[in-house]
Formats: sequence, C-alpha cells, structure tokens
Amino acid sequence: MRAGVAIAVGVVLLALSPLALSSYQLGLLTKMLIFALFAMSLNLILGYAGLPSLGHAAYFGVGAYTVGLLAVKVRDNFWLDFGAGLVAAAVTSALFGLLALRARGAYLLMITLALAQVLWGIAFGWRWLTGGDDGLPGVPRPAAGLPWSFAGGPAFYYLVLIVFVVLTAAFWVLVRSPFGQALVGIRESERRMEVLGYDTWRYKYVAFVLAGVMAGVSGNLFVYYNGFVSPAYLSIVFSAMALIMVILGGAGTLLGPAVGGAVIVLLENVISTHTERWLTVLGVIYVVVTLFAPAGIMGFVRERWGGRTV
Amino acid sequence: MTFWAIQTLNGVSFGMLLFLLAAGLSLIFGLMRILNLAHGSYYVLGAYVALSAIGVTGSFAAAAAAGIATVVALGVVMERGLLRRLPRDELPQALLTFGFLLIVGDLSLAIWGGTPQTLPKPAIFDASLRVGPLVFPSYRLFVIAVGVVVGVALWLLQERTRLGAMLRAAIDDAEIARATGINVSALSTGVFAFGAALAALGGIIGGPLLGVYPGADFEILLLAFVVVIVGGLGSLKGAFFGGLLVGLLDNFGKALFPQFALFTIFAPMAIILAVRPSGLFGAR
Repeated sequence: MRAGVAIAVGVVLLALSPLALSSYQLGLLTKMLIFALFAMSLNLILGYAGLPSLGHAAYFGVGAYTVGLLAVKVRDNFWLDFGAGLVAAAVTSALFGLLALRARGAYLLMITLALAQVLWGIAFGWRWLTGGDDGLPGVPRPAAGLPWSFAGGPAFYYLVLIVFVVLTAAFWVLVRSPFGQALVGIRESERRMEVLGYDTWRYKYVAFVLAGVMAGVSGNLFVYYNGFVSPAYLSIVFSAMALIMVILGGAGTLLGPAVGGAVIVLLENVISTHTERWLTVLGVIYVVVTLFAPAGIMGFVRERWGGRTV
Repeated sequence: MTFWAIQTLNGVSFGMLLFLLAAGLSLIFGLMRILNLAHGSYYVLGAYVALSAIGVTGSFAAAAAAGIATVVALGVVMERGLLRRLPRDELPQALLTFGFLLIVGDLSLAIWGGTPQTLPKPAIFDASLRVGPLVFPSYRLFVIAVGVVVGVALWLLQERTRLGAMLRAAIDDAEIARATGINVSALSTGVFAFGAALAALGGIIGGPLLGVYPGADFEILLLAFVVVIVGGLGSLKGAFFGGLLVGLLDNFGKALFPQFALFTIFAPMAIILAVRPSGLFGAR
C-alpha cells in the first residue's frame, strides 16, 4: 500500500517535472529513464532468473544501430524504424540465447561477453555501413506522423516516460505471473523446478529473449536521444554498466535496477564535469558496491524500513 | 611459402602469449572459482611499468622484474584484501575485477598517455635466424621458447611435485584439502600472485611485438577468454593448445580476411561450444 502511494507520487512527479526543470536537466532525466529501462531489462534475467550476462549491451546496440541506420540511410519513420530495431534485438537475443544458455556461471559470463564482442567487431570493422569507430551521426528525433513533433525536449521526454511507465507496468505483471514465479524458482533451485516438471530451459530462453527486446527498446530510445550511435553502445563497458546498475539498485526487485540506472547516469554526469577520470571513479564504484552493498539500494531500504520492497 | 612460415611463426608466438594469460586465468578459476576480468590489466600494467623501468635502468631483465613485482603486489592486494571478502559467486567477483580493469586502464591512460608504445627488445635478439630462404626474427623464437618452458615447468610442477599434488587436491575439493592439512588460503594467494606474474610476463615479452596501448588490456583479456572457453576452464592442457589454436586463428584471420578477423576466432569458438560446452579439455 505504502509502496503503491510512493509509486503514484513518483509518476506524478515525473509527469510534472518538465514544468520545473531546465532543458538540460530534463535531458538528463530522459537519459536516466532510458538507462533505467536498460537496467530493468537485465534485471529480468539476472535478478529473477539468476542468469548473469556480460553482453547485454548487444541488444541495446543492435536496436540502436538498426534504428540509426534506417533513420539516416533509409527513411525516418518512427513506427517502422522502432519496430525494426525491436525485431533486430529479438533475433539477436534469440540467437545468442541458443548458444549462451547451454552454459552457466562463469562460462555464461564469458560466452555472453564474447558474443557481444563479435557485434562490436562488426560495428567497428564494417566502416562503409556503420562508420566504424567514428560512429553514425545525425540520427533525427523520431518522426511518428503524429500531430505533434518529438523534436523538442519535453515531447521526447514524455515519449520516453510513457514507454517507461508502460514497460514497468508490464514488467510488474510479468514477474508476478506464474511465468515470473517460475523464473524465481529456477533462480533458487533449477533442479527442483525440473523435478516439478518445468521445462526450465524454455523459461530461461523466453526470459532471455524478452530481456533482449526490452534492452532493444532502451537502445532504440537512446539513439533518438543522442542522435548518434557508435560501437561503444555494444561494448563491455555498457554491458558491465548495466550489471552494476542492477546490483547497485537491488537485483530481483521491481524498481531497484531503475533507481540504480538513474543513479549511475546522474553520477556520470556530475563527476564528468569535475574530472576527466570518470572511469576511475566508476571502477571504484564497482569495488565499493560489490564489497559493501551487495543487496543494493533496495536491500538497504528493506533493512531500514522493513516490509516488502518493490 | 614464406608467407605461411612467417604467419605460422607469428601465430605460434602470439599463441604462447595467450597461453601465459590463459594459464593464470585457468589456475585462478580452477582453485578459487574467480573469473578475473582484471587479468588483461596485469598484462598491460606489467608492460607499462617495464617500459618506464627500462627508461631508468636500461636493462630489459631489471625492467621485467619491476613490471612483474608491481603486478604481483597488485594481485596480492586484490586477492587478500578484497576478493577474499566476497561470497563465492562469479558475479560479484567479476564486477569487482571489472572495476580494477577500469581503474588500471584509466590511470594508465593518465600516466602513460594514449599513444601506442613499444618496448625495446633486448639487444641480443636483434639478429634473425636464417633457414634456407626463410628469415625468422629471433625474438619471436624467444617468445615461443618462453611459452614452452613455462608450459613444461607448470606441467612438471602440477604432476610431479608435492606442491602440485596439493594444488590438484585443492582444485578438486578445497574443503577436503583443507581438512587434510593443506593450507588452501596460502595456496590461493600464491596461485593468484603466480597467475598475475604470468600475465605481466606476457605483457612484458609481448611488449616489443605488439606494443602497449589503451584498450590492449581488454583485447587480450577477450582472446584469453576465448582460449579458456575453447580449451576448458581449469585445464592447463586446454590453455596451451587453446592458446596455440586461437593465436594461429587470430593471426591467419587478420592476414587473410582482415574484414572478418573476429569471425575466424569466434566461429570456431561457437562450434566447439555447441559440440562440447565445457571446452576441448574441460572437466565436465
């Protein structure tokens, strides 16, 4: 109940924030929401099914490249481009899942990393298509054929906010459904779920692909936000950042990873203005969080105020 | 003919460097179940420190010692001070070591700058070896020799000595090994330091061939991962033959199909994975 009120207040505040924030701050908030989605997508497999991945940027980047290439080189049509980005992310995760889900633990981490790195190599090497290391600039804001334009900051912010709220609600329904409960069962004891008659591979595979599609959504939005896509979107740095966002916020909680994602984006923004050594600071964050806050922010909230966390 | 001979030599020497990294990764994982993402950072840090030390001392051997000592110190601090406090779970360990990958990479950039640098090779290897019409750079032969010597020494250590027997026992079952009086804690620190030293050695002897630059840490780590995926984590034999295979594939891939260099490595990896998920020499 208390959580429900908190969420309602949060949504209202988010909806009203364009009135209070400068356009720079609103842009930052938009980016925070996009990365919150990215972190939530990884949370589906990591937090609920217990499947870590060091290659989650693959689906984010594939979505971003698909949208970017179509919008720049073919046609700037939001519905077509966005849909194609989602299909590309889905196909990629469906393919990678077939290979990666044969493994577990350290092997799963290494294989997802290696597979994502293949895509990074393609984006890096296939210069005439992707622009290589220089990236692909000039991606316009989405043209959706609607009576209003998404070119302005507030309009684009609302687009991202609506996607965020809808996907979060869908996520909530999903993880409370029998499917989501089965994922948690697999995380706790895959053997027991097998004995109970669950085809655990199929559950893990569906979760893997869904997480890939959701990462694709965030990648699609981010390329519109940034107007630019580069191999960095597919890199280990992005993949590992998604992991630390999930852990920092609290793996296996509904909103923890979103909070973790927002916090990391905010920190990057604040710290980068003061020092060139953001990556060093980020590295220290990894060390400190894994050592001192393994349950994340939501774990802290749960300990402090008790009750069921969301 | 010349092309194939030289490319093979290059591939084998690169394979030996990969073996040095993969052997450490494999031993550390085998004993402690730690997936060390900072292993490539040891390689780069060893090379950078040696580069600075060679400017001061002028001696390759002294520089190598300085590089290895620095990296071993970092490794021991990481193992004793940090990794030991974590639960035995791959993910937190991977995240903590990834933090070090970022820190070492970023600080190296601050200290040694962004331009690629090459370690000068010891003067005695300026000569080349002639076999009929073929000319082999002697330094590459030296790198291969180092790899083979390390491989044989590790094999003898593991199979023929008391220390090796203790190590195998601890890898097999740490609990039981501890119960029989083996000091698994000291053994773990030793193995971690040794693995770090091998990676630093790889960076130092690889420095004159490949140079050292920002991003080299992750590049080499990724290839070392492919080696252990192909060869099987925890297997010395797997690290050796996996290293050779990946070194050759990488070299011929880059020489023959520069556009698709990564595919020549990852396609075989995917096939091996599909047929044998635990690698060619993996236990399970």
